[in-house]
Amino acid sequence: MRFARTPQVARKELAEAVAKGVFALMAAAMVVPLVLIVGYLVYLAWPSLGWEFLVDVPRKGMTDGGIWPAFAGTLYLVGISLLVSAPIGVMAAVYLNEYAKDNWFNRVVNLAVINLAGVPSIVHALFGLGAFVYAARLGYSILSAALTLAIMTLPVIIASTREALASVPMTFREACWNVGATRWQTIRAVVLPNSISGILTGVILQVSRAAGETAPVMFTGAVFFKFVERGEIFPYGIHEQCMALSMHLYTLATQVPNVRESLPYATAVVLLGAVLLVNAAAIALRVWLRGRKKW
Amino acid sequence: MTAFAKEIEVRGLRLAYGSKEVLHGITFDVYRNEILAVIGPAQSGKTSILRCLNRTTDFTASATVSGTIRVAGEDVQGTKDIFALRRKIGMVAPLPTGLPLTIYDNVAFAPRCSGLTRRADLDPIVECCLRQAALWDEVKDRLESLGTALSGGQQQRLTIARALSHQPEILCLDEFSIAIDPVTTMRIEDVLKELRQAITIVLVTNLTHQARRLSDRTMFLWDGEIVEIDRTEVIFSGSPKSERTRDYVSGVFG
Amino acid sequence: MSPENAPDPAPVHRHQRPRWALLGERAIEALIRASGVSAILFVAAIFFFVLREAAPVLVRDEFSLGQFLFSTEWYPTSANHVRYGTLALTVGTLSVTALAMALAVPFGLGAAIYLSEFCSSRVRETLKVVIELLSAIPSVVWGFVGLTVMSRLIVKLTGAPVGVNMLNGGIILALMSVPVIVSIGEDALKAVPDSYREAGLALGATRWQLVYRVLLPAARNGLLAAVLLGVGRAVGETMAVLMATGHAVHIPGSILDSVRTLTANIAAELGEAPAGSDHYRVLFLTGTLLFLITFAVNLTADFVVRGIRRK
Repeated sequence: MRFARTPQVARKELAEAVAKGVFALMAAAMVVPLVLIVGYLVYLAWPSLGWEFLVDVPRKGMTDGGIWPAFAGTLYLVGISLLVSAPIGVMAAVYLNEYAKDNWFNRVVNLAVINLAGVPSIVHALFGLGAFVYAARLGYSILSAALTLAIMTLPVIIASTREALASVPMTFREACWNVGATRWQTIRAVVLPNSISGILTGVILQVSRAAGETAPVMFTGAVFFKFVERGEIFPYGIHEQCMALSMHLYTLATQVPNVRESLPYATAVVLLGAVLLVNAAAIALRVWLRGRKKW
Repeated sequence: MTAFAKEIEVRGLRLAYGSKEVLHGITFDVYRNEILAVIGPAQSGKTSILRCLNRTTDFTASATVSGTIRVAGEDVQGTKDIFALRRKIGMVAPLPTGLPLTIYDNVAFAPRCSGLTRRADLDPIVECCLRQAALWDEVKDRLESLGTALSGGQQQRLTIARALSHQPEILCLDEFSIAIDPVTTMRIEDVLKELRQAITIVLVTNLTHQARRLSDRTMFLWDGEIVEIDRTEVIFSGSPKSERTRDYVSGVFG
Repeated sequence: MSPENAPDPAPVHRHQRPRWALLGERAIEALIRASGVSAILFVAAIFFFVLREAAPVLVRDEFSLGQFLFSTEWYPTSANHVRYGTLALTVGTLSVTALAMALAVPFGLGAAIYLSEFCSSRVRETLKVVIELLSAIPSVVWGFVGLTVMSRLIVKLTGAPVGVNMLNGGIILALMSVPVIVSIGEDALKAVPDSYREAGLALGATRWQLVYRVLLPAARNGLLAAVLLGVGRAVGETMAVLMATGHAVHIPGSILDSVRTLTANIAAELGEAPAGSDHYRVLFLTGTLLFLITFAVNLTADFVVRGIRRK
């Protein structure tokens, strides 16, 4: 039996198509600017992009040259901050999800941890300044900046690890407890192996966030310029200050007159590219591991 | 059933979740090598008794337990090694739960937790328990495959194998058959009949005919209190001590 | 207990774990507990250390909290008449955020509706990846875009003398907040049970009517939370607004005026203020204020979200 296409039905179908079109346009309004902006940036960055740009050091008062010291500095900062925040964050999440009793205190802690993720980056900078540069007397250094980044990424690592741990059903834990396993034995045998994908994804995403942040490092250890010889693979000690990719972009864009036009664009492209690459890797990891789910 | 030794002694057991009391001071014994069935309508506290026995109530923050429980001569509340005590009791939950490990690792999990690590020690235990749970023939060629990939009935037998892997003196089953097919249920009932010669079994069930088939004694629990506990023939005879028992058993309510 | 066809293993439940295994487990659990406690400490520490640097100025005679919050005159480096009024900065933050939300909320909700109700699963997966990548773009890159691309665009299209202004910041912040609104909004719409949709369709509603009359009201809480979180992100943004909104500390007259936000102001002046000076401490006080505002916004959004999850 075919339903007749009355004028009423036709009108409804038109309204539906219009609605779908409008919403699709709105979705496109997010995507299209992104593509256009990235395209424009790459276009203007093109003259400078290349291997030389990455391994060379800034020259002629930073109006020319490459970005190696900044790139290396970012690697230092992110690496050290990860070394601190990942283990502590994962273990803290394990404690909160697997050991802590469900009382009001712990619920407050959870709330605080989750909402700390929304603190403005400048407040993290102030914290780093007050706590690490001055109170802990670490001064302006890679260590101060890396620790500031670690505290910044810690709450989100805790929250995403908790989510990954909570996705393991309670019935598995109960089955382990019933045969006399301790909490740690249960965690090691069942909980951790089955949440490691979520944990890794969360940590990798924070890596990209730490690489892109400017304010928290600008006031704790990153500087406009530091002299580095071309070819130095490990240019810094952790008590020194360093250049950072994010800060370098800010510097070139606002503090250096007469800079070669493509230089800041190329810096932006490198930073953007690195961040997007890391994020894409995390997404790919998540998709791949989801396919290997064990229950 | 030659010895009348007491395997479990429960005296005045009270359990409350927060302010709501679910067990109102119950007292009963379980004798060695018997099958005790615990019957009663939903929410009467049957599962809670089992959770008190192996102290998994510890994992619920709001649970408060009072009274004494002695399992195989040991006081449950005051024991020094709760993990060793849990291994004296095998627990089978209503929902078949294969751990997301290989079948071999599922059964070897408990022995590994108690310190056995060599394959030479673990292999015989795994085979023995899988045979006892009537699962060996179906899985012996794929011990390295995932436990969660088995069917419901197989996973329930895997749970039983896991429960037996630490050689408990008592086996507790909590409505083991609600999520599995009748054929597997019958197979497991045969397994229980064989096991009772070596261990004591506490069988929580809401299938009164299952209790009648399997158990030596039956305990009728209603709303957190023992209405009647007696030999199974008496409970199902048509004239048990309590009228409520007779009504429940004959299906008037429940 | 064992049948005849297998050897009799040692009673497993009486087997003891080796000493070192027990100690090792104790050590790991101690480490885990320590991490848990330290996480709690860090949470408190952030607030404490920022307040610590700010506190001394609160008790100074020259300083007035009322002036700090409600005066528009911000002259921290004046030679003879130092004033710390943050109202203009607060208005700057609010105006840029308001403009950003005016752009981001309709587009964000529209995109969320599209993702949740109208598009095929292939398109949805791709779009979700794009949105996730969009939200990963660093703040300084957005600021750079505002300074260069957007600035030129605005000058060309509106004839304004300078391209870094409230409009610029608003557009950039909108692009930054949209991913948050879309992903949380989509979650909220997905949380509405299918039975609502089925009931609506059974009554002959088109999908648009379904959205307008059934789903939006049902997902109201979650959508509100999405907007709140978008606001939180916008209010807390630092580098992007620093580079895109200009340098004028005044209450803006039009959207083509330069403004400065609370966040950008701290970033711009912290490098110049000598450590321990009043100016330095007032900047920390501004940071404390920001912390409280964003914490409150995020907490509210969290409660709203928990409200729907509990249902």
